[in-house]
Amino acid sequence: MRLQARYRWLPTPFRSVFLFVIWLLLNNSVSAGHLVLATFFAIFIPLLSFSLRDPQPLILKPGLAFKQLIIVLYDIVVANLQVALLIMGPAKKLRPAFIKVPIDLMHDMPITILASCVSLTPGTVSAEIYPIPESLAEGEEPTQRYLLIHVLDLKDEEALIKQIKQRYEAPLKEIFQC
Amino acid sequence: MISEWVVSILLLFGGTFILIGSIGLVKLPDFFMRLHGPTKATTLGMASMLIAAMVYFANSGHGLSVKEILITIFLLITAPISGYMLIKSAIHHKLKAKEGTKGLDNVEDD
Repeated sequence: MRLQARYRWLPTPFRSVFLFVIWLLLNNSVSAGHLVLATFFAIFIPLLSFSLRDPQPLILKPGLAFKQLIIVLYDIVVANLQVALLIMGPAKKLRPAFIKVPIDLMHDMPITILASCVSLTPGTVSAEIYPIPESLAEGEEPTQRYLLIHVLDLKDEEALIKQIKQRYEAPLKEIFQC
Repeated sequence: MISEWVVSILLLFGGTFILIGSIGLVKLPDFFMRLHGPTKATTLGMASMLIAAMVYFANSGHGLSVKEILITIFLLITAPISGYMLIKSAIHHKLKAKEGTKGLDNVEDD
């Protein structure tokens, strides 16, 4: 895990690239003027806003991050087909459940990404992180954190927990190296 | 000609999914289950409608428009966040879950 970027003047390299692309997409052009303006924003907005945020782990494996993005996009399509079938089927047959998934990630950014992936994929919506940070005493670190998720149709709890940990959490740990 | 087919199929696909998501809102028995429709089905439905818009405008002589990609990205980022806020406030207000929901004791008070 690394919190500090290689160059001080570029504290968050991927956010800079993201801003650059977003600006060009917003203006729908690649003219010279917009390229210069996009570069300006990509360098100065992270510099200005970086000190306002808690330091978060950097993406250390961009290739793997891209691969994971493709996997999640594929899962979103499959999830939608499954949920559509579940919704159209008889509602009495659904077995809703709340389950706790133990997570090993410690930082806000990877946990947020994990929770969002869980929300977008098959039949699950993430609800809460336990223990809630406010309930901890000052300076106390939680030993084990849980992600509470709501499942639309629970078949096998063990299998679902295993799937979330292998398919979404393990790559995130690899990408952020934490 | 082919693009018209692609646009029609994408629009129908997207429309079907948004419809199913909305049916889920009406049909499912409790709040927590109803939340699954809008966070998922609607996201894919919107995405395919936006891709349809992109294909249509690319072929109608207005030049390639890529803003739809941006809308899709923002939708994908914001849908789980709004779902999370909704379910968190539902837990906070202690909304009743459907009879027979498993693991209710996993929900802690805050």
